[in-house]
Amino acid sequence: MSTHPTEPTGPPQLELEMLSQSRLLAPARAMTGTFAQRLGFNEIECGQISLALDEALCNFINHGYNKREDGCIKISVWDLETDPSGLMILVEDRARQVDPASIRPRELDDIRPGGLGVHLIREIMDSVLYEHREGGGMRLSMTKQISSSERRPAHASASRCEGRPTS
Amino acid sequence: MSDTDDIQVRQEPTNGGMILVPIGEIDLSRAPSLRHHLSTALDERPDRLIIDLSEVPYMDSSGVATFVEAMQLARKNGAKLILCGLQDRVRSIFEIARLDTVFTILNDTEEARSA
Repeated sequence: MSTHPTEPTGPPQLELEMLSQSRLLAPARAMTGTFAQRLGFNEIECGQISLALDEALCNFINHGYNKREDGCIKISVWDLETDPSGLMILVEDRARQVDPASIRPRELDDIRPGGLGVHLIREIMDSVLYEHREGGGMRLSMTKQISSSERRPAHASASRCEGRPTS
Repeated sequence: MSDTDDIQVRQEPTNGGMILVPIGEIDLSRAPSLRHHLSTALDERPDRLIIDLSEVPYMDSSGVATFVEAMQLARKNGAKLILCGLQDRVRSIFEIARLDTVFTILNDTEEARSA
């Protein structure tokens, strides 16, 4: 796994705030998968990026919020504007904090249900970083670049909004 | 669990067993419903339970965990559990989780019936 790149300084192209409800996984996956597709990722890569986000959200719902459905999770996605194309996904919650070093994949030789999420995220994404979120909660940032020889089509670059909406 | 969290599962008898055909995406919200269908089918003690995944376009690790549970229950009951018809996206999660060699995964129901 490569070194984690510096977080983009500009605003994300996409932001979504969702409740910690498993029924909201599908729209979150669709949003991110479609964005990855527009950046030029192939179908398999788009599916895997959606899966990595899904697994991250499942962990935040199950472990961060202990399956409570009223927790807040924020997803931000950046076009890294690299060549080949790449994206960064930041997932943040306001749940309990754990030692980032303790979030590790389990031994796969132990065939049992559960505990595969962290392994899948690390296998799929190029870089993965768990940190404490300032003000409480956890944050997970992960990046992926197109691994094939495909290059960003000229029309595929996601344009930035001029201003950031005030909240 | 709300109605939208229920997964539709078609059930077909086969020689000495049963074929289950889940329809739609399998994620954390639908895994409990799938688990119920699988355990109900295994409670009937079939010799062979074939899961045709050809109509499942997406699965996350919650779905995989449900099939690991089912495989363990099937082994305990002396039943043979076979997965078949996996779409590429679904097959890739079994491969990344290195479970593609743990499960019996065949191309289609025809192959599964004669396995």
